[in-house]
Amino acid sequence: MTDVVLSVHDICKSYGGLQASKNISLDLRMGEIHALIGPNGAGKSTLIKQIAGSETPCSGQVRLAGKDVTALDTVARARRGLGRTFQISELAMEDTVFQNVILGALGAGGSPMRFWRNVLGMDDLRGVAEAALERVGLAAKAAVRTSELSHGQRRQLEVAVALTLNPTAFVMDEPMAGLGTAGSKTLTGFLDGLRTQAPILLVEHDMDAVFALADRISVLVYGEIIASGTVNEIRSDAAVRAAYLGDEA
Amino acid sequence: MKAERIVNTSVVAALVLFPLWAWMTDAPFLITLATKAVIFALAGVGLNIALGIGGLVSLGHAAFFGLGGYAMGILASHAQAYDPIFNAPFVLEGTKSMPVIWLVAIISSGLAALAIGALSLRTSGVYFIMITLAFGQMLYYFSISWPAYGGEDGLSIYVRNSFPGMNTLDPIQYYVICVALLFAVLLFTSRLARAPFGLALGAARQSPLRVKTVGISPYKLQLVAFTISGMITGLAGALFADLNRFVSPTMFSWQLSGEIIVFILIGGTARLFGPVVGAIVFVLLEHLLGGLSEYWHIYLGLLLLLIVLFARGGLIGLLAGKERSHD
Repeated sequence: MTDVVLSVHDICKSYGGLQASKNISLDLRMGEIHALIGPNGAGKSTLIKQIAGSETPCSGQVRLAGKDVTALDTVARARRGLGRTFQISELAMEDTVFQNVILGALGAGGSPMRFWRNVLGMDDLRGVAEAALERVGLAAKAAVRTSELSHGQRRQLEVAVALTLNPTAFVMDEPMAGLGTAGSKTLTGFLDGLRTQAPILLVEHDMDAVFALADRISVLVYGEIIASGTVNEIRSDAAVRAAYLGDEA
Repeated sequence: MKAERIVNTSVVAALVLFPLWAWMTDAPFLITLATKAVIFALAGVGLNIALGIGGLVSLGHAAFFGLGGYAMGILASHAQAYDPIFNAPFVLEGTKSMPVIWLVAIISSGLAALAIGALSLRTSGVYFIMITLAFGQMLYYFSISWPAYGGEDGLSIYVRNSFPGMNTLDPIQYYVICVALLFAVLLFTSRLARAPFGLALGAARQSPLRVKTVGISPYKLQLVAFTISGMITGLAGALFADLNRFVSPTMFSWQLSGEIIVFILIGGTARLFGPVVGAIVFVLLEHLLGGLSEYWHIYLGLLLLLIVLFARGGLIGLLAGKERSHD
């Protein structure tokens, strides 16, 4: 498939006797949102970590934009265009919102090994940071200390930081976690528009959001993908209903 | 922000006016005391880059202080004895020139910091503290067992080294040299804190994973910070050795590493002038209470306890309020 941006092939990961990933293969294509769902402990976060480079698979391959990145670490994968958001916000809480976003712009657009000029006075970085904040609707909060943001705003900020990297693919680990109905709806609308910029591998428990957004869904249970398909295919899959969705879907 | 600026300006004014007053009232001892405070402040400002901005609690910074001191001691002792440091493969003479000695001190302590940091930064937390302590102690015991340069007794230099256009034996002139270097390093540190490097280093302290995820290596940032920090502390060591015209293994001791951390804690971690205020308070307490009791460290400990319990931002935090995000 030429339009595959990110692919995982036959990934395995074990912790002692526990096999967290069993021969997992999936791909993410241009312009799509591919949701990864499954019960707690299914191995979703472990898989995300292997894709992002913070865990090394025991076997298998991760490819990004056609290149094998399995041996690369998180830093190198980010430089190659992997934008990531976290289940629990990973932000510089003592810094302002703007400083967090400009950090992303710095990672994407320049060397941090500059020791004299004020980073906030660098117009190229400012432009990227301001555009990202504008896009997620946090422009008015630029000067606010990150620790003072609400939970939902921190999720938005994570997305803004990922945006500054101008990524090839996004990997988002439960971006809706902890958001209320309104917040979840807003972020759903935003992610819907984001797929045109870069495809999204979305790990999510909010099934309304998943069904509204996903072009394809893969279901992970006990480290194995038990089903993969469109929303309707997954909703009607008996094994998925039994293992995860129940009768509500 | 405004309050901190007022505190900082007051400290600068004190660093200028106090020695001037001591000079006008012919009190050279007070100038020497102020010089000691300024040199300790310089060492603290160096460590503050690693500890304050980068969150790297190094208990081995005396290693760099000592290396700077021995760089001065070795170069000056060979120069005063008209004896080359080595003859083959080429002849390397000693020197009494301060700028050359500073350069050697900065380079040697920087290289040591690079090597020590490269290994230590693969760990974190208490392991990092212990490894840096171990490196410091290795150099301490090495200096004790190195008879060529005085071993346990240290090394005396008869005449203070020279600086072009200055009489360095005049206490006020040597003070001017030291305080000018402190101001230059403070200016560099204030720029660094707001530069891309400072922003990324501070973020790496708060969330290394965030920094990695934007494509920046926290390890490289911390290694550069640790190296710069070691270079500045090494420069302070060279100045301290010149102040006393004496170097000894105590410059490598872990107690000194602890004292440099204490300067920062007293004044305020990650505050630009924190180590300066801390060093001044330390030297003042040492001078005022040290005359009353040899156990003056008890009072220092009490002050430190009060600061840790009730004033986490140090004395500057107490006077200027909560730290602001860099803007």
